[in-house]
Amino acid sequence: MSYPDDRKYTKDHEWVRVSGSLAEIGITDYAQQQLGDVVYVELPDVGAQVAASQTFGSIESVKAVSELFAPMSGRVTEVNDHVRQHPEAVNADPHGTWIIKVDVSNPGEAAALLDSQQYQKLLA
Amino acid sequence: MPESYLDANDWFAPRHVGSSADEREAMLETIGVPSLDALIDEVIPASIRLSRPLTLPSPESEHQYLRRLTRVARRNKTFRSYIGLGYHDTITPSVILRMVFENPGWYTPYTPYQAEIAQGRLESLLNFQTMVSDLTGMEVANASLLDEATAAAEAMTLLHRVRTNKPQTTAALNGRSGESAPSVFLVSDRSFPQTIDVLRARAEPLDIDVRVAPIDGMTFDVADGAPPFGVLLQYPDEVGLVQDLRPFIDRAHEAGVLVAVGTDLLSLALLTPPGEMGADVVFGNSQRFGVPLGYGGPHAAFFATRTAHVRQMPGRIIGVSIDAHGHTAYRMALATREQHIRRERATSNICTAQALLANMAAMYGLYHGPDGLRAIAGRIHVLAAILERELGKLGLRQRNACYFDTLQVELANDVGALRQQALEAGINFRYIDDRTVGIALNETVDTTDIQDIVNVFAGALGKPAPDIDFTRPDAVAATVVAATVAGSLQASGEARGTVAGGLQASGIGRIPASLHRSTLFMTHPVFGTHRSETEMMRYIRHLERKDLGLDTSMIPLGSCTMKLNSATEMLPVTWEHFSRMHPFAPVEQAEGYAEIFRDLEAALCEITGFAAVSLQPNSGAQGEFAGLMVIRAYHRSCGEEHRDVVLIPASAHGTNPASAAMAGMRVVVVASAADGSVDVADLQRNTAEHRDRLACLMITYPSTHGVFEDDIRTICDIVHEHGGQVYMDGANMNAQVGLTSPASIGADVCHLNLHKTFAIPHGGGGPGMGPIGAATHLAPFLPGHPLVRTGGSHATHAVSAAPWGSASILLISHGYIRLLGAEGITSATTHAILGANYVKARLEPYYSVLYARANGRVAHELIFDLRRFKSAGIEEMDVAKRLMDYGFHAPTVSFPVAGTLMVEPTESEDKAELDRFCDAMIQIRREIDEVVSGRADRNDNPLKNAPHTAQAVSASEWTHPYSREQAAFPLPFVREKKFWPPVGRIDNPYGDRHLFCSCPAIETPVG
Repeated sequence: MSYPDDRKYTKDHEWVRVSGSLAEIGITDYAQQQLGDVVYVELPDVGAQVAASQTFGSIESVKAVSELFAPMSGRVTEVNDHVRQHPEAVNADPHGTWIIKVDVSNPGEAAALLDSQQYQKLLA
Repeated sequence: MPESYLDANDWFAPRHVGSSADEREAMLETIGVPSLDALIDEVIPASIRLSRPLTLPSPESEHQYLRRLTRVARRNKTFRSYIGLGYHDTITPSVILRMVFENPGWYTPYTPYQAEIAQGRLESLLNFQTMVSDLTGMEVANASLLDEATAAAEAMTLLHRVRTNKPQTTAALNGRSGESAPSVFLVSDRSFPQTIDVLRARAEPLDIDVRVAPIDGMTFDVADGAPPFGVLLQYPDEVGLVQDLRPFIDRAHEAGVLVAVGTDLLSLALLTPPGEMGADVVFGNSQRFGVPLGYGGPHAAFFATRTAHVRQMPGRIIGVSIDAHGHTAYRMALATREQHIRRERATSNICTAQALLANMAAMYGLYHGPDGLRAIAGRIHVLAAILERELGKLGLRQRNACYFDTLQVELANDVGALRQQALEAGINFRYIDDRTVGIALNETVDTTDIQDIVNVFAGALGKPAPDIDFTRPDAVAATVVAATVAGSLQASGEARGTVAGGLQASGIGRIPASLHRSTLFMTHPVFGTHRSETEMMRYIRHLERKDLGLDTSMIPLGSCTMKLNSATEMLPVTWEHFSRMHPFAPVEQAEGYAEIFRDLEAALCEITGFAAVSLQPNSGAQGEFAGLMVIRAYHRSCGEEHRDVVLIPASAHGTNPASAAMAGMRVVVVASAADGSVDVADLQRNTAEHRDRLACLMITYPSTHGVFEDDIRTICDIVHEHGGQVYMDGANMNAQVGLTSPASIGADVCHLNLHKTFAIPHGGGGPGMGPIGAATHLAPFLPGHPLVRTGGSHATHAVSAAPWGSASILLISHGYIRLLGAEGITSATTHAILGANYVKARLEPYYSVLYARANGRVAHELIFDLRRFKSAGIEEMDVAKRLMDYGFHAPTVSFPVAGTLMVEPTESEDKAELDRFCDAMIQIRREIDEVVSGRADRNDNPLKNAPHTAQAVSASEWTHPYSREQAAFPLPFVREKKFWPPVGRIDNPYGDRHLFCSCPAIETPVG
């Protein structure tokens, strides 16, 4: 699977797509492959503050659990209820399935993240 | 062993060790060593070998042992115990005793991780969950915990995790960052004493402040910045009083305080269940559902909560899923909560639970059904009421305004005279204080017992014994009403009346209308269709046939030691003189048990090289917690309470980090070197970095990789030099006994899984026992008990509800050691090592072995690496499931390394069985090659479609590119031994995404 150029990636295998002050956050194809069939996603409440590199939730498969780390700081404006009800969506379309949306407080944080090429190099 | 022609013939060692002398020679030849001694010299480093053979009592033949044990048993006095406190005598239906408790088909299987060949006990455990959630009025229940007191501790920690009331941090209080104020947990002073002690043991390391107080007048004030997060109540309470908890629970919830309630399942047939009063967690002991007292266990505790908290629940949860053919199938759900996945962040360290006993309790529920339970509970209540009436006639006051089965009787004088009279009559009461007597009745009590109790009181008061008229109309009416109401409830399917109501209307019941149970329970058809003994016998057998236990074939589970659980070892467990002992009976009545404990402790000290042993911990994981608490207490006694860092190798069992977290310790992981051993350089870095805070190292030996590491002494020395203690996980003790010992490698404390090395059966997921051995400097801190004197001179709090844990199954380990003696028990070890190295020799040409000593030798288990087949789409799980078609249980899957299988043959398997297993593995390798080479379809092949059910193989349509014969009978020996997996491959994600944890609606057979 390709890693689109329209977004940034983290070493924790998440992606973040920023437009204006709004950031969509999801997990990468590599992450969903490693986890296997996702069965549960634990998400924060709308309105919660998240801080860059801090956990904001967790994602579980049948035999593994992985923390979700916020790529950028900000306030949660939306959580994906569809993912909550149908966690398998993360397996089916990882890069088309955002998990939370954050109103970022420091857009500059994006500079520290990886672009598509750098991330694929990390995986290689 | 036999020394003369006239010596006994029935020696146990050749029955326990599978291979004959000829087979042994053949195996040695395959391995390529001249003798067993030569093999052992190559397996275990010389530096840690014992300098002398073990000194243990001479072995007894099986007949001699049973004869002697009959005499030991008679030294226990089976008085009628009305002590209560969570333990009540019960009637085990004979069909359940014979077909479950005493049946290897039920007691030898392992925890149902391989769900396709465990559908029988999974169904039964689902019955247990359904019964518990129905009776308690809760939404979801788990499949058992170790005992009621630890279930209470699990309730406390669950409420702590989901709490809404959080203490203000000291940062908020004094303006700087720092530690939180302790969280406050309130506990009713009418909880069981053993529950309170275990709560203290578990609360203190987590900085939870347990405050014990009466519930009348209990407030939820925000004192010193710390509002309580939860409260624990007992219903009926410790002295038998039943109170309406609703006003209290409402008040607690208004203050943001969560509520856990300990309860008695049987009482809930009559009483409003805690779930209907708003409880957040309901827990207790299911012992009185047909499980013998056993002087403390084993019994299954239950635990139920609301769906909202299901992901915070400890222990195993059975869920419903579907198999590859779309049929209903059962499995363990939500495993990510558990220690083997989440490690120090797990909800609990619990691993082994009490599956066998949960199954017995579930079967008792099925046998009696809801109306039967109402009748049993109603009868006990009537007898209690009659007893109250008769004691009243003697001028005695009974204090409990409302009760189920327990009276609290006041005496004008000291209880001494009564106690004497009672002992002479063979009766134990509970002496609550100098003037108060508790009498807890149970299912075994009849009118003669009531007469005897009244006679004892009359005698103590110097009054003539009255002749009780049991034909009085009120009593008869009550019984009739109970039966009628029960019947009408069942028949009408709605709650038109209540048993308690009927009893009260008849003038004898002591339960007010506000507490009558008005809701139905156990309405699923499974609880109404197995009532004749014929049907019960067939249902138990129907389930048993679906499961693969040691009565079918070897279970080569690495790290689990699935050895023989011999009939002679098992027999005494159900002898009345062992099984009907109440754990809090006066110790003078348990001299037989005392002798067993003394002998077993002495033997375990000799085997471990330690100074003292505690027989209290109920599982390996609980032994770990107990051992860490002992280490903690030791450091504190040296003024070094800041030592809180635990070093744990990356390959450790998940219980190690989970137990460390429970003991309030910080886990630091030590890396493994390329050869799988502990990376000594990394250990040195970590001990140096944490030298001031190092509490201990937790290490398994031989390692979880199945190798005796050469550096073990160096490793222990490094830890000691930095002020730490060494905790040895005894999971692999079966490779040590008689050859080396925890003390010889340099450990300070260890647990022993008696259900692995010392022959207690696994029970399909418990029971187990995890005693700990400790060196001289740690012995004073071995755990004590609030009601019975045990443990060290500076004993730590109890870790189990009962003073000697699941005492009755200690008989099994005792028997194992006495029957084998020093030579036999050492021979068990050498043959376990022989078996593993033989399997290695046979399978190494086909599968690569991940770790061995430099000379190529493994200990008692070994790991096969299957990762190279992944590119062809074949994974370790496919091999595990395919083995089922050959009639074998899989080895341990993906532990301690993902993508591998770990095999532990044990000494009990003969060469022929090992060969069948190896032949199956070799044939599977050929099947893998078919896929790898492309000759077989990547997705449609015997591995991917395994296991194959009879239904699938015999279906009219067969579309696979391989034959039905290859699917079901891949080798000639399988024809003789065929075990049919009852369901196809289970869809695990489906089960976790559609969580359903009670009996499903009956499936209508299609077409």
